[in-house]
Amino acid sequence: MRVWLLLKILLHPIRWAQERIDAWVMARVKRQPGPVPVPRHRVYILPTRFGYAFAALSLVMLLAAMNYSNNMAFALTFLLIGLGLVAMHHTHGNLVNVEVRAGPVAPVFAGEVAHFEVHVHNPARRQRYSVSVGWPRADVATTADLVPENFAALKLPIAAQRRGWLPARVFAVSTEFPLGMFHAWTWLELEMSCLVYPRPAPPGREPPPARGVGGQLAGSRPGLDEFAGLRNYQRGDTPRAIHWKSFPKLRRPMVKQFQETMDREFWLDWSELPELDAEARLSQLARWVLEAEGKHLSYGLRLPGTRIAPSRGATHQHACLKALALHDT
Amino acid sequence: MKKTTAETYLAQSSLLRLLAVLALVVAPHLTRMPPWIGAMVASLAIWRALASLRQWPLPPQWLKVLLTIAAFIAINATYGRINGQHAGTALLIIMLGLKLTEMRERRDVLVVVSLCYFTMLTHFLFSQEIWTILYLGACSVGVTAALIEASHPGAPLSPRVTLRLGGAMVLLALPLMLALFVLFPRVPGPLWGLPADAGAARSGISDTMSPGDISSLIQSDEVAFRVEFIGPPPPMNQRYWRGPVLSSFDGRAWRAEFKGDDYFRQYNPRTLVKAFEPASATLAGEPVRYRVTMEPHRQNWLFALDLPDSRALPPTARLSGYYQMLSRELVKERLRYDAISYPRYVLDPDLTPKWQRSAQRLPDDRNPRALALARQWRAEGLDDSQVVDRALRLFRTENFYYTLEPPTLGRDMVDGFLFDTRRGFCEHYASAFTVLMRGAGIPARVVVGYQGGELNDVGAYYVVRQSDAHAWSEIWLAGRGWIRVDPTAAVAPNRVERGLSEALAAAELPAFLRRGGLTAFEYFRLRTDVAWDYVNVAWDRWVLGFNEESQFELLSRIGLGEWRDMVIALTVMVGIFMGLLGLLSMRSARIAMPKDEALRLWRRATRVLASKGLPQDPAEGPRDYAARVARERPDLAQAMEQLARAYLAARYYGDRPRENALELAAALKSLRT
Repeated sequence: MRVWLLLKILLHPIRWAQERIDAWVMARVKRQPGPVPVPRHRVYILPTRFGYAFAALSLVMLLAAMNYSNNMAFALTFLLIGLGLVAMHHTHGNLVNVEVRAGPVAPVFAGEVAHFEVHVHNPARRQRYSVSVGWPRADVATTADLVPENFAALKLPIAAQRRGWLPARVFAVSTEFPLGMFHAWTWLELEMSCLVYPRPAPPGREPPPARGVGGQLAGSRPGLDEFAGLRNYQRGDTPRAIHWKSFPKLRRPMVKQFQETMDREFWLDWSELPELDAEARLSQLARWVLEAEGKHLSYGLRLPGTRIAPSRGATHQHACLKALALHDT
Repeated sequence: MKKTTAETYLAQSSLLRLLAVLALVVAPHLTRMPPWIGAMVASLAIWRALASLRQWPLPPQWLKVLLTIAAFIAINATYGRINGQHAGTALLIIMLGLKLTEMRERRDVLVVVSLCYFTMLTHFLFSQEIWTILYLGACSVGVTAALIEASHPGAPLSPRVTLRLGGAMVLLALPLMLALFVLFPRVPGPLWGLPADAGAARSGISDTMSPGDISSLIQSDEVAFRVEFIGPPPPMNQRYWRGPVLSSFDGRAWRAEFKGDDYFRQYNPRTLVKAFEPASATLAGEPVRYRVTMEPHRQNWLFALDLPDSRALPPTARLSGYYQMLSRELVKERLRYDAISYPRYVLDPDLTPKWQRSAQRLPDDRNPRALALARQWRAEGLDDSQVVDRALRLFRTENFYYTLEPPTLGRDMVDGFLFDTRRGFCEHYASAFTVLMRGAGIPARVVVGYQGGELNDVGAYYVVRQSDAHAWSEIWLAGRGWIRVDPTAAVAPNRVERGLSEALAAAELPAFLRRGGLTAFEYFRLRTDVAWDYVNVAWDRWVLGFNEESQFELLSRIGLGEWRDMVIALTVMVGIFMGLLGLLSMRSARIAMPKDEALRLWRRATRVLASKGLPQDPAEGPRDYAARVARERPDLAQAMEQLARAYLAARYYGDRPRENALELAAALKSLRT
């Protein structure tokens, strides 16, 4: 442990310099829509910790070979030195000329983890192995092999703290393949953002009562919401759906039928939560949107300056949550 | 410590492959080590494989500590130390085995791989034979493949991929290895001194001789040294390679008066001892020049033909009072030296009475019958040379046998041999003859060394093996000095004239010494061995013998004699190597261009547009793309329209390919501006 501490202190100036250089380079990374090619001069390369250890090992072996004047030992040492240099070129070449594109980004709720998808494209005819994508100075990186003239979708996870647009920061595409002695990387920033919905409030609060036009729109679409009568048993109906109460009387199984309610619509309204502050209101509205969608209700959303007509479905839910996410931002 | 995750976890197949590589690296070591080390490492490896296959838990910390301590104690008990070449290597191998007990992650592989590389190096301290090139190559590829696998998280790569990539990398590293091997400035070693047990252990003749010592060496086909004669080689019966001179006798065994390094450590001009002063010799006749390449035998003595010229000794050698050639350092590595010898000589004609007496000394209570015989000859009035003749005639005329398997002899070894068994090998004859001479009052001593040597006609040099070990006598006659007398020649003249294989019955000979009545296959084996020996000699000379001197010699010849030029040449070579490697890696990483010219030009155009901030959407066809570009950048609209039209014509109508390509190129050009 103490040796580690000593090493850390000794290496501190190097690390400090490294961080300064990284910061300098990262500040100059252009934010681009992509695809971003990675040409030769944009690939940086440095030895890894194992690389330094390997160099030290080679030095020790060279000294041993000199001490024993042992020519086979010299040959082995020189082969290892050569191998190290070959590895450097391989690692560098493993990253050069990849092309990085922005992939789709699924919206998340605040407090969840957003995943930025990045497509790393290999335009060469040679397979590339173990290309990683990760945030700077994070230990976690996602890694994939790149098939010739194809791409791999890699995900960059980041915790989404606040609602609104979460832009992707500078990230690194890197590789240590084949020998793990060198770390080659490049910094990139793609024009991609993740929409972060407000964090839904804890469930419990009842939504405002439905207002409007009961029974008017009762449809005949089968669903699970409302009891609509009995029908004859057909093969394939689950036993749970059988109406057992009527069985002794009718002497044949009847099946319960439900239908979706399309007959209620209600408004989720900003102004109905006067006791809460703005963020809490948005949270509560987000919760109600989720609950209403879960109950297959038709709902509308009223925010100051925004009005979304009642409807249902994933697109509608996204529109409502997006309006909540971007409210006053 | 970071937690093990699926990403860092070492896959089972990777582990098994790593164990195979480990076995490859360690196997040649195990043949040299005590069996318990092999058993321990093998059981650790097998246990680790089973633990992985059957999901056994890895051992707890205390057990690992216990095993480590036990290994240190066992090494110390076996070797008497824990450092040095043999014990250190054994320890390294055991640590490699113990590392397996805690190997669970891919980064543990890095430690094992580093240890593997170092284990390979230690192998060369024991053996640098030509097959070690294969070992070097196979292990480098295997270990590199293991390393490749370790730096590939997730699903393990197939061994075909890793081995091929590892092999390609090793091949690419070879040119740099060669450049460094030849050009890296060599310094004369050792830097800090070799451990006392450096080098491989070998058998050979020693400075004591009791019955059975030499005949046991005959079984060994190990090479003692090789000789190249510059000029005509002396005949077989003149090739006596002088080694230790033994002059003290205890009734059974002959010993040298001084240990080899006494001559260097205890040498003090003020307390001048005769034994430490080179004996005086007058040399005559045609000088024989030769170059000896000696295998390490971890002793002081060097071998030279009777008798070497004291003015032309190897640099670190000197002569003793017994005219034995001694090296200052123990010969731990292969040694080459030049010497000049003269077949005719007068050695030490003026021996002091004190020395004469010491060369006549015998234990009083041993071998009474032999002493009585010698005294009887004297009583008959024979002079010195008549006594010598009488003794040789005894061996020649009585029924003495020359055999590798003499009966065992008791306390009075010479008596038993001369009067009872009469079957013996050269040490019996030399010993008995010398005792008879001393009994008759003639100063006499035993010389051990080698006699003869076999010509390797492929390489035109002589190979002297342990099986050529021999012992003979020297007697001192007033005015004539020390004279070599070989009593074995009296009983088995073929031994000296034509070699051991002619002097012994075929049944007694070890297989490698048989020369007559060979089957075609045996003859083929013999010829292959001769050729192989030559290859080995060339290997030793040009590869293993490459040192600071031969480097200087070689580089001077191509005009790089200066140290500075050497470094410049090396830098240039490494630079060229790096440049070529870079080119190669760029070539394989370059963007694949489609064969179709139209598609190629279209790709180039989209790249240009992407750099202007208008990349083609993956879901967008050429027409839509062109429309969008035209909308967003009206200045490019015309070129874009032309580009799309030509591209669609070339790709989908297929007529007029030449014109379409020209139009595409023109559109691309105007997009660029």
